[in-house]
Amino acid sequence: MSALTISGLNKSFGGLHVTRSVNLDIQPGERRLIIGPNGAGKTTLFNLITGELAPDTGTIKLFGQDITKVPSRDRPHLGMARTYQIITLFGKDTIIHNVRLALLGLSPMRWNPWTNLRRDDRFTETGHKALARVGLSHIADRPLSQTSYGERRRVEIAMALAQEPKVLLLDEPFAGLSIDERRDVHKCLMAIPRDVTIVMIEHNMDVALEFAEHITLLHFGEVIVEGNRAEVVNDPRTREVYLGH
Amino acid sequence: MSEIFSANNRLRFIALAIALVVLVSLPFWVSGIYYINVGSQILFFAVFALGLNILVGYAGLVSLGHAGLFGISAYATAYMLQQGFGHTSAILVALVIGVASMALFAVLSLRSSGIGFIMITLALGQILWGLAYRWISVTDGDNGIPVRGRPAPFGYSLTDPVNFYYASLIVFIVAVAMVFIFVRSPFGAALMGTRDQPRRMNALGYHVWMIRFYACLFSGLLTAVSAILFVYYTNFISPQTLSLTASAEVLLMVISGGPGTLLGPIVGATLVVVIKTVVSGFIERWNFLLGAIFVAIVILVPEGIVPGSIRLWRLITRKRAAAAPTTTTTERTP
Repeated sequence: MSALTISGLNKSFGGLHVTRSVNLDIQPGERRLIIGPNGAGKTTLFNLITGELAPDTGTIKLFGQDITKVPSRDRPHLGMARTYQIITLFGKDTIIHNVRLALLGLSPMRWNPWTNLRRDDRFTETGHKALARVGLSHIADRPLSQTSYGERRRVEIAMALAQEPKVLLLDEPFAGLSIDERRDVHKCLMAIPRDVTIVMIEHNMDVALEFAEHITLLHFGEVIVEGNRAEVVNDPRTREVYLGH
Repeated sequence: MSEIFSANNRLRFIALAIALVVLVSLPFWVSGIYYINVGSQILFFAVFALGLNILVGYAGLVSLGHAGLFGISAYATAYMLQQGFGHTSAILVALVIGVASMALFAVLSLRSSGIGFIMITLALGQILWGLAYRWISVTDGDNGIPVRGRPAPFGYSLTDPVNFYYASLIVFIVAVAMVFIFVRSPFGAALMGTRDQPRRMNALGYHVWMIRFYACLFSGLLTAVSAILFVYYTNFISPQTLSLTASAEVLLMVISGGPGTLLGPIVGATLVVVIKTVVSGFIERWNFLLGAIFVAIVILVPEGIVPGSIRLWRLITRKRAAAAPTTTTTERTP
C-alpha cells in the first residue's frame, strides 16, 4: 500500500489555476523531492496535503485511507507532520517548550486545565529525545529568541519528529542556511529511519539530490517530469524549466 | 509540595505571604468603612479583570463587550431577587446565564480573531446595553433594578462591610488560584500557543476554535462571579454598568497592569478603582488624571505596569551590579 496517494488534485485561486490534475504516488519509506521554479505551486500542494487548503477536486489518501475531507487539525493524529518554509515557532518560549507543545498536540492531556505541564516529566523526557535527534538537547532550556536561524530550522524538524509521523512533509528545510548549518540539517535528515516517509520541497539541489531517490518536477501547478534522480536530472525538460542550463 | 517553594520560588512565596497577610488584616488597620468598601471593589473588579485577561492576555482575543456579559449576570441576579427567589437560586441562575451568554458571544465572535473579534464583541456589548435600556418590562429601563439585602452565608451577614470584604477576598483568592493553575496547565499552554501561532497549533493537531471557546467560557465564569459580587455590593443595577465606557475601563485595567500576567489585572484594577473612588474625592477632573496616567504608562511601560516594572527593576539592578563589578563574577565587563 502507498504511504501517500494523490489523484486528480486541482486548486484554483480565482482565475489562477495553481494545482492542475496532480497525481502522486509515494511509497512507504520513500524520500521524495519536489522541485520547481518559484510559483510552481509546491507549497500550495503541501497545504492541500496537510488540509490547510481544501482542494477543488481530487482525493488524498494516507495509507489507503481517504483523508480529503479530514480537517487539517486531525491529520497529525493520523501520522502526518510538516515543517514550514517560513519558520513558525513559539518565539517567546524555550526550545524544549516548543517541542513539548508538539508532543502535547497529540496527547489527550492537551485539554487538561489543572496539572503543571512544566513538571510533567513524560513530555520533557520525550522532548529531550526528539531534540537529541537534531543535536539540540544540550541547549533545550534556551529561549528561542537566543538561538540561531540554523538551530531554529532544527527545532522545526525536532517538533515534527517528536510527533513520530509516518509521513513527514518538509518545506524547504535548507532555506537560508549557511554551508555548516546545511550540513547539520542534512545529517539529521539522513538519520531519520526508513519507517518515516519523507516528502521534501527544496531548491538547494546539491543537498537535496543527495537525499532523494525520486523527484517530481512541478511547473505552473502541473507535474512535468517524474522519476528517479538520474532520469529527472537528465531530462531536457528539467533543464529547460528549472535548472536553466 | 515542599519543593514547589524551593530556591527560585522562595522570594515569590514570601511576597505572596506578605500580600495575603496584608489583605486579610486590612479591616484591622484601615480606619473607616469607606476604605474597606474600596478594598471590596478592588477585589471584585480584579476578578473581572482576571476574567477578561484570560482572553486578552492568554488567548490574544481583545473583547470590548465584556461589560455586557457582566451586566447580564448582574441583571439576572437582581431580576431573580426582585421576583422573590432566594439568594442561592439567584446566584446559580446568574452564573448559568452568564456562562451561557458567553458561549453565545463566543460562537458569534470566534468566527474571526484580531480586529474582527474586537468589533463583533463591541457590537454584541452594545446590543446588550440597548436591551437593558429598552426591555423595560424586565430591566425597568433607565431606572434600573434595586436589590434589597445581601446573603448571609453560614450566618455571617454580608450587609456588614467587613464581612462583605472577606467574602470578596475569598472569591478573589479562589479566582487567582484558578487562573494560576490554569496558566501552568497543558490547556493553558495550548491556549497561549493559539495566541502566538494559531496556524502552527492547528498543524500540530490542536483544535484552535475549541480551545478558544473553552477559554471564553472560563472568562465568562469569572465575569459572572464578579458581576454577582458587584450587584450585591451596589445593591443596584442599571444600563450604565453595561456601557462601552465600562467595557473600556476593564480592558484598561488589564492593559495598564500587564496583559498575560497574573498580577497585572490585579494591579490595573487597583489603579482604576482607587482613582475612580478615592482620588475623585479630591480631584474633580479624575477622568483627566486617569487619562494622563494611561498616557504615562504607554510611554514608560508600554507592556503594562507589572512587566514594565520588572524590566525597569532589572535595568536598575544591572546598572548597580555593573558599577560594583568585584561582587559578582558572572557580570560581563564593559
